[in-house]
Amino acid sequence: MGVEVPDVKESFPQAIYTVTIGATPEDGGTRAKVVTVGGETALPFHTFEGEIPHPPVVAMEVWDVPGEDWPDVVREPFSEVMGDPGAWAVKCVEYGADLICLRLVGCDPNGADKSPEDAVQAVKRVLETVGVPLIIWGCGNPEKDNEVFPLVAEAVKGENCLLGTITQDNYKTLVAVATAYGHKLIAESPVDINIAKQVNILAMDAGFPLEKLVIYPSTGALGYGIEYVYSIMERTRLAGLGGDKLMAMPILCDIGKEVWGVKEARAPREEQPEWGDERLRGPLWEATTAYVYLMAGADILVMRHPEAVRATKAFIEKILGRQG
Amino acid sequence: MILIGERINAGFKDIARAIREHDPGPIQEWARKQAAAGADYLDVNIGAASKDPADMEWLVKVVQDAVPTPICVDSNRPEVLEAGLAALDGRAALVNSTTADEEKLESIVPLAAKYDAGIIGVAMDQRGSPQDVERRVENGAKIFAACVDAGIPPEKIFLDPILMPIRFMQDQAVKVLEAIREYTLLSDPPPHISVGLSNICSKTKERSLLTRTFLVMAMAAGLDAAICNVMDKELLAAVAAAEIILNKEIYSDDFLKVWALKRSKGGE
Repeated sequence: MGVEVPDVKESFPQAIYTVTIGATPEDGGTRAKVVTVGGETALPFHTFEGEIPHPPVVAMEVWDVPGEDWPDVVREPFSEVMGDPGAWAVKCVEYGADLICLRLVGCDPNGADKSPEDAVQAVKRVLETVGVPLIIWGCGNPEKDNEVFPLVAEAVKGENCLLGTITQDNYKTLVAVATAYGHKLIAESPVDINIAKQVNILAMDAGFPLEKLVIYPSTGALGYGIEYVYSIMERTRLAGLGGDKLMAMPILCDIGKEVWGVKEARAPREEQPEWGDERLRGPLWEATTAYVYLMAGADILVMRHPEAVRATKAFIEKILGRQG
Repeated sequence: MILIGERINAGFKDIARAIREHDPGPIQEWARKQAAAGADYLDVNIGAASKDPADMEWLVKVVQDAVPTPICVDSNRPEVLEAGLAALDGRAALVNSTTADEEKLESIVPLAAKYDAGIIGVAMDQRGSPQDVERRVENGAKIFAACVDAGIPPEKIFLDPILMPIRFMQDQAVKVLEAIREYTLLSDPPPHISVGLSNICSKTKERSLLTRTFLVMAMAAGLDAAICNVMDKELLAAVAAAEIILNKEIYSDDFLKVWALKRSKGGE
């Protein structure tokens, strides 16, 4: 008697929204190429169960001020260019960045307190020097971001950038300028799936289409709550695929910022001899963190170290069966 | 939760008159109101107003002209059911209903299969409505098996354990809850489980309260469909809250708004 093997493949009723970032001259922008994420109808890399039309992408970080607190290991690949966001962005593209994530750290009133006009200059400089699409990330001070983004969003009108972030407490200005100037938005929540949903509802209520949002559920480095974020991302993705229209957005993970803030990546060998060479350890910590988030459903990874980026992109290709 | 709007039923005087006089007005008005309130299906029942299949055909067409909502064709006469099913414009539909009575199973189940419709199976038989859990389960299982044999997949089968008025048969509600739990074990995935919800509050004073309290208890037991008064806002809010508590929907502070949004777009 033959044994019937049951078909245990999962199928889901809803695809994750497809989000395109950037615009070529044909579409009113100046980008040489656009980046599209989302559209998947299956869990991460489950190509045997559904479609993964747009594999995850890697954005590399550029700041409008030098990355003073970046440890040497991750500063060195950019040591020549950290004073110029444009040259810095070019380096990132050489290192394989699919997008540039320009972080307006210098606008922070508790830091360099650069003006909105300065921010516009930095953004324009990056646009001039590279052809990849842009993520533009505010300094995180709500009042200042609300001053900076109206000018920045207007300056990059037509470029279809991904701007962020909106939060439960600060979304109206960014929603208004993203709507006015045709950009996408990053919806941030503090490792809290209920707030993640609520931010999306608030954006929707303010008239912003759900299909133009990317979820940023907050990120923890390997060893720093990664499993908690993982479970939230997994549940978010299962809900989205399962039909929850408020949770069916692509997900962004801010890897570099978190990883290069923890001692396991930063500490030099002299301080932690048993941990080995930080030149290997740091990028490995960043890449490993990235792998975990890819498994959890990340669509956009924001990263820093060229070696970690290279390894992560190779990993994506390999797991999709396109290489080695 | 699958909500089937109960209002287009000749048991209501305005609908009975409209059917007799072939006046589409009140029928289409109730179709629009219930669809706007979030009904997933509209029950369409000519009841005692007519035995003529042509009247069911007319009624289904009138409702279809008003709204795109799927229709639950409701009659105990196979020829009337078939007239309604044949009039459908290709939208999803439910046959309401068969019983576990052999004669019904043989005449009505094939209709659902023929028209690719879902079917509600009411757990009564030739002896009438069961008063205990066992016969509810026995009849439900019999209907389920007959439907599967006819090629109807579990996700299109709705079992109804028969709700009785609390005012007259107070011991029955708890038995219905137990039967619902048993139904969830029939298959994996289980069939849908539905009740005629408004039966529970017949001739009572606190109709809305009794109805929604029973509904959330039944949802906890496994109920996932109901023929009900979708115009009752408190009832729908209770369903939204129950879906959160049962972890079927991710909580957000504006979960009632999410519910309304989903419903306004025609449900899941």
